[in-house]
Amino acid sequence: MRSTCEAVATEAEYAVALADDALVASQRLVEWVARAPQIEEDVAIGNIALDLLGQARLLYQYAGSLTDPPRTEDDLAYFRDERAFRNVCLVERENGDFAVTMVRLLVLAAYQRELYDRLARSVDPTLAAIAAKAVKEVAYHRDHARQWVLRLGDGTPESHRRTQTALEAEWPWVSELFDGGWLAPALVERGVAVAPASLEEPVLAFLREVLDEATLAEPDPRPAVTAGREGRHTEALGHLLTELQHLARSHPGASW
Amino acid sequence: MTAATADRVVAEARVCVAAVLDPELPMITIEDLGILRDVQVHDGRVQVTITPTYAGCPAMDAIRADIEEAVHRALPDHGVDVLTVLAPAWSTDDLTDAGRTKLAEAGIAPPGVSRLAGAGTSTTSRAAVALELSIRCPQCGSPDTRELSRFGSTACKALWVCRACSEPFDSFKNH
Repeated sequence: MRSTCEAVATEAEYAVALADDALVASQRLVEWVARAPQIEEDVAIGNIALDLLGQARLLYQYAGSLTDPPRTEDDLAYFRDERAFRNVCLVERENGDFAVTMVRLLVLAAYQRELYDRLARSVDPTLAAIAAKAVKEVAYHRDHARQWVLRLGDGTPESHRRTQTALEAEWPWVSELFDGGWLAPALVERGVAVAPASLEEPVLAFLREVLDEATLAEPDPRPAVTAGREGRHTEALGHLLTELQHLARSHPGASW
Repeated sequence: MTAATADRVVAEARVCVAAVLDPELPMITIEDLGILRDVQVHDGRVQVTITPTYAGCPAMDAIRADIEEAVHRALPDHGVDVLTVLAPAWSTDDLTDAGRTKLAEAGIAPPGVSRLAGAGTSTTSRAAVALELSIRCPQCGSPDTRELSRFGSTACKALWVCRACSEPFDSFKNH
């Protein structure tokens, strides 16, 4: 129950939330570069992170153009504090086992694939154009993560055990993607935004198909208590932002 | 300015901008790549419209700078504005035939006709990305090749290897 209408997201805040998902996921992924299991995977993860960063930039540029006064993409990425970030907690969680990263990427890419597929038909032409571009990229990410999850899940007993463990750890954080309580219903009714709840069925159907083929068991639903879309994050986000924002904040106004 | 002069300026601007090379694929021009959308001249300023290949393509800034420099050199008394548009989204179908030939000559397998089964189709489809069938080795021409990595040296390429001549090569991803 919302007490004021200010508590629900405007169009700019909607674009920022989608951008924050992409930026934070991108930053977590690049931590793998030079540490991935194979050199080809360094390149793959670098490319996926770059796609996500590009999507975040387009969304920030657009969100910043909607506010008064306007804000730049750098204002939004580097000069907001943790509580102003609106990403889901799933993407900020610490890296660990490689299987964790691939399970998380599979979930994120499956979600973004369905989201951008629908957002490409938004009545907002800029959001539609960004989504039409992004949907092709995240489809590729989803396929990459799917191939890894199949290989690890249906691999050796050890890779199966670790991938199942990763799945158990990440599964409670999945349902936040489908929670639309933070979003103004008018944005969905006007056809600007996609109702997060409408993505749950197709995303879970895709994930179940992959898990089944990978001989992994879907964990019982026990959702974590999360409010990333309202700016309440896990401890992990602050550490991530410290590294991400350090250079820009140490040298305000610098360009490179 | 007479209409004939204006047409000549637009033509000159078009020629110099179309010759700008892609910084990451310097064997082809931005026109070959299909990212040059429009060149117009209004009130003494050349307006160039381009579109990115991938959302995060890091070459866009360099391409903008190269376009500005090309216009300054060819039409020193004109200003230049480079606009970026996202729609319609770039696809490998926008590569020109000349561009495909130049890529192949430089040892990069050009993309086939894209068959993206992703957007707008079955949401649980496994064939969510373009199928890559029988890519020919740009070195020896053999169709006996395999994908080494779905991601390559730039966002737009994948890494393949030829079973016949054992040479690795870049392949332009269908997109």
